[in-house]
Amino acid sequence: MSGVRVLVGTRKGAFVLTSDARRERWAVSGPHFGGWEIYHVTGSPADPSRLYASQSSDWFGQLIQRSDDGGQTWQPVGNQFTYDGVPGTHQWYDGTPHPWEFARGWHLEPSLTDPDTVYAGVEDAALFRSLDGGQTWQELPGLRGHGSGPSWQPGAGGLCLHTIVLDPRDPGRIFVAISAAGVFRTDDAGKTWQAANRGLRSQGIPDPEAEVGHCVHRLAMHPARPDRLFMQKHWDVMRSDDAGESWYEISGNLPTDFGFPIQVHAHEPDTVYVVPIKSDSEHYPPDGRLRVYRSRTGGNEWEALTKGLPQRDCYVNVLRDATAVDALDSCGVYFGTTGGQVYASADAGDSWAPIVGHLPPVLSVEVQTLT
Amino acid sequence: MIRVLLPAHLRTLAQVNGEVQLQVEGQITQRSVLDVLELCYPMLRGTIRDHGTRQRRAMVRLFACGQDLSHEQPDAPLPEPVASGDEPLLIVGAMAGG
Repeated sequence: MSGVRVLVGTRKGAFVLTSDARRERWAVSGPHFGGWEIYHVTGSPADPSRLYASQSSDWFGQLIQRSDDGGQTWQPVGNQFTYDGVPGTHQWYDGTPHPWEFARGWHLEPSLTDPDTVYAGVEDAALFRSLDGGQTWQELPGLRGHGSGPSWQPGAGGLCLHTIVLDPRDPGRIFVAISAAGVFRTDDAGKTWQAANRGLRSQGIPDPEAEVGHCVHRLAMHPARPDRLFMQKHWDVMRSDDAGESWYEISGNLPTDFGFPIQVHAHEPDTVYVVPIKSDSEHYPPDGRLRVYRSRTGGNEWEALTKGLPQRDCYVNVLRDATAVDALDSCGVYFGTTGGQVYASADAGDSWAPIVGHLPPVLSVEVQTLT
Repeated sequence: MIRVLLPAHLRTLAQVNGEVQLQVEGQITQRSVLDVLELCYPMLRGTIRDHGTRQRRAMVRLFACGQDLSHEQPDAPLPEPVASGDEPLLIVGAMAGG
């Protein structure tokens, strides 16, 4: 029988939420790794039993956990992330050079075809890859070797590589996003990279249209349209139709175009979801109303989705890795909040219900569709 | 045997209850004890000391016999009661937030 497994990373552990395809009754497992920050838990598209989790703490550093049985049991695997060669410097908040220092893993992106291959986006920003199921990690140094590396500056959350998008059509093509450097693309499996920020405009940097320096919050791609990318930037919702060569704004009628996540419907490449947040210094929904916005036209025309969501006195945030979709029919949409709720919609966003309401602040949500 | 008491999160990670007992050859120092600890429990590598520099992580402390030994040199001998197994070496997560 088909069903879904929702993988939730929080400030104080990981949780696994499971349901059958009706998505009405949920079993909650966890906390796994209680007390640790779980920036991301995700599963291999090639083997749904293979999960990876990024576990960290200010006290004891970084761990990577792996499950081979869908999250019932876990084993720590390799946690050594060593920058290639002499790491050099990037800019610090005050503009001075600062040595590259590993802080934590933000995002794990398993290969689309090989359960043992997984990419890790880390802070300070770099891309690592494991070819042995997470036992060992090697940096793909061409990214930091992009000539702009010494000019990268951290966003408020750190200099983090938080988004990794793999092109299902071309295994050599990878997109990454870094706060606050922007989007980079490789077409040769990570050897060389080019900045992919043309068309972005950011008022908070000296040259608003600079090649590098934009605070990109999240990218999304539908696998059937790998040349089309959607972006939630610090401010502005953006779209590219040419694999990041150029971007244009699709914020349209959104009440605010600040936010963190962006998500594409599993079956409809033109259907996109965002969660607008009031402003860069007020990380909560406008008017205390938690609204997901959906565009069925690839942007510009957005409708508020409110049924089942709190429409008063709600001041939570939805972080960049905290939305997901399942591949059932109809498409399920999920998001977690900094208030510890995980909401699910089994009808593509038309109506919502909480799966859980009192978890620690949610950092990430991923969904596996089980058959 | 050298007795080591890990903080709760690392006991969970290493799947041990209570104290860890280690057979350490030669001089009993922070370095020699931690080297054997990490050999016996490889999942602890990187959690107490940095992988590369082998320096103690900033928010980890080492106590024994009522003393804070965190800032002692890694090759300095540990107190005799630790070397004799009468007292444990305490590995402590610093009190801070969370």
